[in-house]
Amino acid sequence: MRSVSIIGGGLSKFGERWDKSFRDLVVEAGTAAVIDAGIEGREIQAIYGGCMSSGRLVGQEHVGALFADFLGLNPIPATRCEAACASGGVALRAGYLAVASGMYDVVAVGGVEKMTDFDSADVAIALGGAGDMEHELFFGATFPALYALMARRHMLEYGTTEEMMASCSVKNHKNAVHNPYAQYHNEITIEDVMNSGYIASPLKLLDCSPITDGAAAVILCASEKAKKFRKDPVEIIASSQASDTISLSNRHCMTELHATKVAAADAYRRANLKPSDIDVAEVHDCFSIAEIMAIEDLGFFDKGKGGPASLEGLTALNSEISINTSGGLKATGHPVGATGIKQAVEIMWQLQGKADKRQVKDAEIGMTHNVGGSGATAVVNIYKRL
Amino acid sequence: MKHPLPLIWRMIPEKYYLMGSHCATCKNDFFPFRQICPNCRRLGKVSEKRMPTTGTVYSFTEVSAPPSGFEFEVPYPLAIIELDNKVKILAQIIDAPMEKIRIGSRVQMRFRRVGDDDEESAISYGYKFALIEDAASSAKTDKPAKTPKPTVSKG
Ligand SMILES: [Zn+2]
Repeated sequence: MRSVSIIGGGLSKFGERWDKSFRDLVVEAGTAAVIDAGIEGREIQAIYGGCMSSGRLVGQEHVGALFADFLGLNPIPATRCEAACASGGVALRAGYLAVASGMYDVVAVGGVEKMTDFDSADVAIALGGAGDMEHELFFGATFPALYALMARRHMLEYGTTEEMMASCSVKNHKNAVHNPYAQYHNEITIEDVMNSGYIASPLKLLDCSPITDGAAAVILCASEKAKKFRKDPVEIIASSQASDTISLSNRHCMTELHATKVAAADAYRRANLKPSDIDVAEVHDCFSIAEIMAIEDLGFFDKGKGGPASLEGLTALNSEISINTSGGLKATGHPVGATGIKQAVEIMWQLQGKADKRQVKDAEIGMTHNVGGSGATAVVNIYKRL
Repeated sequence: MKHPLPLIWRMIPEKYYLMGSHCATCKNDFFPFRQICPNCRRLGKVSEKRMPTTGTVYSFTEVSAPPSGFEFEVPYPLAIIELDNKVKILAQIIDAPMEKIRIGSRVQMRFRRVGDDDEESAISYGYKFALIEDAASSAKTDKPAKTPKPTVSKG
C-alpha cells in the first residue's frame, strides 16, 4: 500500500441552487478541485463519484459516466459509489484504495446531491431508503424519527438534555458564518432551537440538517508524486470503514453508532494515534444528537459526556477540540452524496492554514467522520500535512 | 408510498404474524426473518418462528414531518418495542395519547392498515402496537396470537 495525499479540493456553493442542475454542480466543484490541484485533465486516470439518490430524485442514474463526461474526462474509468449519506465518504475511500494499491497515480473523487427541487415528503421517502425500507420507512419512520429514537435513549441513559443537543446546532451555525460555501450564515440561539417546532420529538427543526444542493471534489495523488503538484499536499494517513445492521431496531445499543467505533478504532490503529492527537474534526451531525454520539464514539469524550461537553463549549472553534469548523451538516448544508468529500476539503483547508476566520490554531492532525443512514455505514479518515 | 402487489403478498407472514426466525444453534430469535444467523453463519440452524406479540416500549418519538403516504396521520407515535423474547422491532403506537407513552410501557400487537396508498394500488396492512394495562394482563396474551383477522381499521 502506498501513501496517498490530497493535492486539490473544491466545493460548489451549498444551498438552494435553483439556477443550477445536477451536472452544473458537479462541474462547479470538479473545476474548482482541478484548478486548486494545478493539474491538467489528461493527468487524471480514474474518477469515483458519490451520490445517494439521483435516481429517486432527479431521475438520473449512471452518474459515474456523467461525471466523467461533463468534466471532459472521457474515456477514463468512472465509477459511482453509494452508501446513503456516506456515499461521498466511500467514494473518497474507493479513490484512496485505487491510488494506494498502485493502480493509478492520480484520481478525481466527487460527490453531489440535488435535493431542493423536490417536495420534502418525497425527499423523506428518498432518504428513508437509507434505512430498512420494508421495516422502517414502510411504517412511516423518517430519518429524523430514527435519530429521535436514539436521542430519547441517550436522554434516558445519560441525562442528555434538549438544550445540550441544541448547543451543537448553535455552535455549528456560529462556525458557518465564516464559511462562504455554507447554506446558512446566520447565528442562532438555544432558544431559537428550542422554539423551532418538533419534527420528531425530541428533535426539532433546528436540530436537523437541511435539504441542500451541492457538490464537492478532491484530487488524490500518490504521496511520492504529490509535491510535483503543490508544496502543501495533505496526506490521508488512515482510511477506515465499517458496517452495521441496516435497521436501527436490530442494534444491541442505540446510544452509539457501533460502525463509527469500529472504523475509528481501525483508523487510530493504522495512524498510530489516539483521540487526543486530533486537533480538528468534521463529524457527521445529520442531527444534533448525532454530533453528541459522534464525539463520544470517536473517543473525544467519554460515553454520556458528549452532551455536557457541547453545552460547555468544549467543541467550539479553538477550544478543547474544534468540531465541525465548516458549520457541519447542520449549517453548511447536507447534500448527502457530497458531504463526505466536503468534510475532507474542510480538513484540507484547515491543515493548509487556509480556513480564514474559522482557522484552528496550529492544526496538525485532522479527522473526517461520515455516516450512512442510521449508522449502517461509517467512514473515518485521519489526515496530516505531507 | 406505493407498494407493488407481489411485495405486499410476500411480506404477509412477517407483517401479519410477526414471522421471524430462530437459530437452533445459538438459540437466538431474529426479526425480520433472516436466512443466515449472524452469530453462527454456516453452523446456524435457522427456521421460521413467530415472535411474541407483547413487549415494552424501548424508545419512542412523535413524527410531525411525515414521508409521503403518511400526511393524513401526523402527528403519529413511533416506537422501538422490545418484544418479550428481547427482539426489538419498530412500529407505530396506536390509540394512545402521547402523554401516556413511556419507555417501559407494556404494549401488544394489533393488526392495522399501514400508510395511505393511492387509490389504485393495493392496501398495505401490518403490525402496530397498543398500550396494555399491566404485567398481569400481558401474561395472559403472551402466546403468539391466532391468525389475526384483517379488520380494516386505520390507526
Ligand atoms: Zn445462531
